[in-house]
Amino acid sequence: MPSRTVYSASVEYLQIMDEEGHVDAKLAKDTLSDEEILKLYQFMIDCRQLDEIAFKLQRSGRMGTYPQNKGQEAAAVGSGYAAKKGVDFLVPCYRENAALFLHGLPMHYILLHWMGDERGNQIPEGVNMTPLSIPIGTQMLHATGIAWAFKLKKEPRVTITYFGDGATSEGDFHEAMNFASTLQVPCVFFCQNNQWAISVPRDQQMNSATVAQKALAYDMPTIQVDGNDLLAVHKASKDAIERARQGGGPSFIEAVTYRLADHTTADDARRYRDTKEVDAWVGKDPMIRLRKYLERKNLWSDEKQKAAEEKAKIFVADVVKAAETIEKPLISDIFDYTFAEIPEELERQKRTMRTSSLGQDPTQAGLAAEPTAY
Amino acid sequence: MPRTEMMKEKGLTLVDAINEALYQEMERDDRVVCLGEDVGLNGGVFRVTDGLQKRFGADRVVDTPLAESGIMGTAIGLAMGGMRPIPEIQFEGFMGPAYDQLTNHAARYRTRSRGAITVPMTVRVPVGGGIHAPELHSDSPESIYAHTPGLKVVMPCTPYDAKGLLLAAIRDPDPVVFFEPKRVYRSYREQIPEEDYTIPIGQAKVVSEGTDITVVSWGASVFECLAALDKLPEDVSAELIDLRTIYPIDQDTIIQSVQKTGRCVIVHEAPKTCGMGAELSAIIQEHCFLHLKAPVQRVAGFDTVMPYYKLELEYLPNAERIGESIVQTLSY
Ligand SMILES: Cc1ncc(C[n+]2csc(CCOP(=O)(O)OP(=O)(O)O)c2C)c(N)n1
Ligand SMILES: [Mg+2]
Repeated sequence: MPSRTVYSASVEYLQIMDEEGHVDAKLAKDTLSDEEILKLYQFMIDCRQLDEIAFKLQRSGRMGTYPQNKGQEAAAVGSGYAAKKGVDFLVPCYRENAALFLHGLPMHYILLHWMGDERGNQIPEGVNMTPLSIPIGTQMLHATGIAWAFKLKKEPRVTITYFGDGATSEGDFHEAMNFASTLQVPCVFFCQNNQWAISVPRDQQMNSATVAQKALAYDMPTIQVDGNDLLAVHKASKDAIERARQGGGPSFIEAVTYRLADHTTADDARRYRDTKEVDAWVGKDPMIRLRKYLERKNLWSDEKQKAAEEKAKIFVADVVKAAETIEKPLISDIFDYTFAEIPEELERQKRTMRTSSLGQDPTQAGLAAEPTAY
Repeated sequence: MPRTEMMKEKGLTLVDAINEALYQEMERDDRVVCLGEDVGLNGGVFRVTDGLQKRFGADRVVDTPLAESGIMGTAIGLAMGGMRPIPEIQFEGFMGPAYDQLTNHAARYRTRSRGAITVPMTVRVPVGGGIHAPELHSDSPESIYAHTPGLKVVMPCTPYDAKGLLLAAIRDPDPVVFFEPKRVYRSYREQIPEEDYTIPIGQAKVVSEGTDITVVSWGASVFECLAALDKLPEDVSAELIDLRTIYPIDQDTIIQSVQKTGRCVIVHEAPKTCGMGAELSAIIQEHCFLHLKAPVQRVAGFDTVMPYYKLELEYLPNAERIGESIVQTLSY
């Protein structure tokens, strides 16, 4: 046989709950209970509220640049909920706040981070995650390494790492995928394909028909899911995480979702994307379909929605207070975390710092060059 | 882009001047291509490349995939293939993934091919702190690249210098890293010639002449130095030098000045240890030893990670720290 196929594969797409909140009963069998859905829906309302307030904090000059998560809550919650809190390990990017909160990150830490305060990265003891990763595409290697350590130590733990569609263009992404695959480590690669990387649309970012197929090159189990469908995301994540825990190696999940907001508060998406496209996605909002589902089952009502939103407002107001009332960081903090033990020269520099009469209010910084997007 | 009424009336900002230089050079030389993340349709995150794609098309102003090593490496190839690429790295903190391509490849091709293969490209990079930005958006890595044989490194801080140095960089036969101090991107306007002009790479600028002390700086810190000089007692005559080119260093201008004043303070945002201040002060002691009346001082960033923005102004050299150092040096 002079010519034959040596490899072929395909990518499955999974949706369990459609935009109208209709559920495929067969597929939904071993996913979330209605009780869980109710709980997670309320939680998503809290997260959406925090996101909106964060936006307003930036607009009123009380916080720096902030990347809104709006519209991507199902991807973060469905996957985060599938991982075991206190056992599994999250290695995030910056657009999955809800997953971090589910695993115990105090909510005001996210605000602190975007208020330019490293204490927002000081992950509390027992909370298993790395801080937000601002440099794109770098953290998946760390996730692979952490998973590798779990494997070496024979601990039944899994890492899940988050990144965007744009991040899959970076070389480090491919190195992480190859390491994870060749070493068969318990790592789940969770791509939030929100269709845009700042101003670059997905089809210009890559010539591949799906992001999920990139995993085929590494012979990794892979799936594309409706990322705005809480049930589908949860099911795919659960499968991948349990497979990894059982020694089945890494998996890839492409969650197809949409960035409903600008890239960050410093961006103006009207410069590069059609509002018609955005409008078409508004109806696919993960929160809308959950509400429809719950209403159809008589588990939800306008009153309950109102009450839930009120609850979220009160809750988030406290979060904001926690972030805004924290004392100013010590100037010595600039020095004290450079090494376990401070070298002599650094100690000298620290002393000169203390004696000078500095201490301008950073909020008075010259903002003339405030970039329009980053 | 062609000048707006605002520019005609009030002058150009650093952003305007760089944009004008890119526009004019792309008109003049069709080998010039701009490539990078969001540089096309969006005009760059700082709008430095605004309007270029509209005028020159998506083949010459290219929104690349999100991959700095890819941007730098293919720019090298474009240069070797006869183009004049201008890759943009969105922020200096993201030069990391491109480091290997820039330092091990762009910088070395001429030497390792004994001149047979060269890399005429200009790498544009916003640099420095002070704009309230997130992590890895505020660093000052110029000495790393000045320490890489085969790279030229420039960092103009005024619109006039930026246009002239950018045109010189694009026409230079070797790779040039063109750092743009983002803190002063829009804070200062000046009238500059509309026509083509170049400023030679490797020439410092005497911003203000003086006889008592030499202050050397570059990038956004030059403006902090100006503020510090303003507050000095009337009878102090300070000479301020804007290095403009980080490598090759304009030794003559520095040496002449310090031989005249006998005192020198060097100011930069980058960490003190192994910053360019160390190199400059070595040059000064090699050439001005018997002229010195006081030890050369450095006012720099600390040897720490650049802090997030709540503390960034504590980190960056400011007029107060610079002033203190000048006064101390004068009274040595
Ligand atoms: C290494 C690196 N290069 C460039 C940037 C600038 N940048 C910030 S976000 C972004 C786009 C990211 O797109 P994607 O991975 O799809 O994530 P999304 O923001 O859409 O969630 C870019 C280019 C960066 N932060 N890090
Ligand atoms: Mg994206």
